[in-house]
Amino acid sequence: MPARVALFVTCIVDQFFPRVGLAMAEVLERLGYRVDFPEAQTCCGQPAFNTGYREEARRVARHFLSVFRDAEYVVVPSGSCTSMITRHYEELFRKNPEALEQTRRLAPRVWEFSRFLLEVAGVEDVGARLPAVVTYHDSCHALRELGIREGPRRLLAKVRGLELREMPASQECCGFGGTFSVKFPEISASMVRTKVEAIHQTGAQYVVSVDASCLMQIQGALNRAGSPVRTLHLAEVLASR
Amino acid sequence: MISRDHILNKVRTALGHAVGRTAAAPPPVRLCVPAWTVEERWQRFASALEKLGGNAVRVSEPAEARRYVAGLTCGRAAVASRSPFLEVCGIHQLAGVRRDFRDPAELRAACAEAEFGITGADYALADTGSLAVFASPEEARLISLLPPVHIALLPISRLLTGLDELLSLVPNPAERSSALILITGPSRTADIEQILVRGVHGPGEIHVIVVDDRERRS
Amino acid sequence: MMTGYPREQIRRTLADPRLQEAIYSATGRLMEHRRQVVAPEVLPDYQELREQARRIKEHTLENLDAYLEQFEAQVRARGGEVIWAKDGPEVADFVLDLARRSNARLLVKSKSMTTEEIGLRERLEAQHFEVVETDLGEYIIQLAQERPYHIVAPALHKTREEVGEIFSQRLGVPRENVPERQTRIARTVLRQKFLTADIGITGANFLVADSGAVVLVENEGNARLTTSAPRIHVAVAGIEKLIPRAQDLAVFLKLLGRSATGQPLTVYTSILSGPRRQGEWDGPEQFYVVLLDGGRSRVLADRDKRQTLYCIRCGACLNHCPVYRRIGGHNYPWIYSGPIGKIASPQFQGLTEDPWLPFASSLCGACAEVCPVKIEIPRLLLELRAEIVKAQAREGQNRWERLGFRLWSWVMTRPRLYEALSLAAGLLAGEGSDQGWLRQLPGLLNAGPLRAWLDYRDLPVPGRSFRALWRQRTARVRE
Repeated sequence: MPARVALFVTCIVDQFFPRVGLAMAEVLERLGYRVDFPEAQTCCGQPAFNTGYREEARRVARHFLSVFRDAEYVVVPSGSCTSMITRHYEELFRKNPEALEQTRRLAPRVWEFSRFLLEVAGVEDVGARLPAVVTYHDSCHALRELGIREGPRRLLAKVRGLELREMPASQECCGFGGTFSVKFPEISASMVRTKVEAIHQTGAQYVVSVDASCLMQIQGALNRAGSPVRTLHLAEVLASR
Repeated sequence: MISRDHILNKVRTALGHAVGRTAAAPPPVRLCVPAWTVEERWQRFASALEKLGGNAVRVSEPAEARRYVAGLTCGRAAVASRSPFLEVCGIHQLAGVRRDFRDPAELRAACAEAEFGITGADYALADTGSLAVFASPEEARLISLLPPVHIALLPISRLLTGLDELLSLVPNPAERSSALILITGPSRTADIEQILVRGVHGPGEIHVIVVDDRERRS
Repeated sequence: MMTGYPREQIRRTLADPRLQEAIYSATGRLMEHRRQVVAPEVLPDYQELREQARRIKEHTLENLDAYLEQFEAQVRARGGEVIWAKDGPEVADFVLDLARRSNARLLVKSKSMTTEEIGLRERLEAQHFEVVETDLGEYIIQLAQERPYHIVAPALHKTREEVGEIFSQRLGVPRENVPERQTRIARTVLRQKFLTADIGITGANFLVADSGAVVLVENEGNARLTTSAPRIHVAVAGIEKLIPRAQDLAVFLKLLGRSATGQPLTVYTSILSGPRRQGEWDGPEQFYVVLLDGGRSRVLADRDKRQTLYCIRCGACLNHCPVYRRIGGHNYPWIYSGPIGKIASPQFQGLTEDPWLPFASSLCGACAEVCPVKIEIPRLLLELRAEIVKAQAREGQNRWERLGFRLWSWVMTRPRLYEALSLAAGLLAGEGSDQGWLRQLPGLLNAGPLRAWLDYRDLPVPGRSFRALWRQRTARVRE
């Protein structure tokens, strides 16, 4: 009986980067997992939480908790959404004992994608192949809230033909920050400009991260700058053959 | 008095405390004193101070210390403190060195004019290349502060591993003196375009002479 | 929501390449210096020290009433005096009264954010006392009549040419553009001030309860001179500066210099207790510590956000903040800038004074990672955002955004509606795209957040959603 994993693709992937979700499913199936997609899923509630709308965030978070209540594993292609669920739901439901209880039961089963591969599936080599020069962007929530740094690099190291070149200041924020990107667009743009320069300095063809929101910000800026560099989610790299 | 009561009252209210409540026990003091030999302390001290642009010298007898100081001052105007250790080294006998003053005003004027300020030091701290000097009737503050060059002499027995050891020996500096000053290298600033400049208000040059006369004395 | 956001000013700052280079490289250097001295090979117990520092601060604040009283008793036992001030004007009143009583004319000052916070110098100058800033960076700022740019490096934004200009104009000296020589000029001028000043005013990095001591750290020697030459020393400090024991300095001094500038210890550390003692040749004859509340007791009352008061003013959060590193210190509304300023301003100045401030962060968390006393800045930012949103709801402000999120949460709890809307969005976005990315939106759509995004970046086109593709895939698999 193959183990089952439920995909929580996140609203950004669902709307803008569906390939990321498909890639994630492919990799997991290749590893022998049976992949489910609970159709009632929508969002983890982070946009509202980050903008100060906790009541609204709670509503959406409760929906998430009910959709995934019985999942054995929930795999997420986003560091920020994962940390929202595994770290901030505690904060959000501080005064709601029932939801808090549900959170505590579900959170340990929610995994960011790269973490799931390394710690649950226990693999570093997923049989991927991508002959290209690639650089890696450390998404802030993944890095600082979940401690994800070496993991994706270890996975990338096993991709055949892939050359990883570190960019200067890979740990510096890309400037997305959710609504920050549209409330403070000039500051957000200044931050991503630095990121784009750093990427260009490596000469890489692709920039990879574990968060589609970072990739949206970075690709948007790369395009605007007329750059040929493309963003890829880690899942897409690992699905490449 | 009114503001005092007002503020204390607000603080107590904020914390939900009654008047006269004593503080709960603080987290235990954390002092880590490494077990370094005298040799290791000297190596670290010299290395740390030199990295900061200071000069660390080790001599084996007071007379050598005196010769070193003479070589620096060359008879030019210097103010020396009344530190007993300076007397042991005969610093007050050098040409150009003054240590007797009628009053604080005269001392200050002399410090403002002098090229060298010569002091003892109660302790030195090996890990940071620092001196620890307590203000006292024998040790005026301005001597190590006004003149552009500071020369300090101390016996090697006073070279501690670091601040932790100092604070374990002297848990309450206020009991000893109105001022404990830690001096770590020459005065500096990087306030203009982050360019490092030495000797802003304090001395731009510092020499620490550590006298290791253990063998002689034993 | 964005009331008071200085967008134009910030745009100008962002568009100034020289300023950008100055802020970015200066903070970058401070980051690197710090990194070198807190690296595990150099300071293996760095994380342990941070935790210890946090615990000491937490404990001290939880027992602040007792420690304040202990501190006062100790200062008095050493011959000093403690003045309690509810706010800035009370501090100024005390110093003015003292200056008059002592027939003082000239006061020298070492760098103190607390005195900047309350505008002490300005109040004294308004009463025609001469007050001279003696920290080189602060002196430059004083002459230029500006606010400090950074907690630790006040003149970070000035070029040597600008400094040369300021000196020649305000001091009447010949133009000099070499930093070494400029420093000499300042040294000569300020030396005279030190030696003739009547009163020396400082802040305090720490107040030590068991010793009645004021602790000052610096690199230049101006704080030492300020507290050794004049016959009166006044230290102004917020009540949150207290630590319980002199021995706790082993923890804090190990963190402060390293976090601020990458120095294991600053050049001078002064631990001062009371006026000069019998037989001493120098040092002040009178020693005053002014304890300032200034809103701190109110922050203290908030259990969650009380940790804002742990701050030891190292500036590390500024140096690591991608926002600060681009907009610089003058674009923040209050004297405290950077991440710490973002959480302090709303609590001290009022939640809705500058409601945009806690939102001007991408929540990257770099600040919390480097804070030596482990203030959870991102978490407090989120708390403040929620409080501001609630306050605005009460005032009936920001209605559209609130409506927007209410609608959004409504949709997000109705999967079929969500799907229907995403399908509609996909169809609508069919036009104006370029390989799946939009350069701009037509007419009316080019507004609000979409416009804000598109002004600077391309926007991805929502095509077929994942769920649509998944259904297709699942259907294929079944066949």
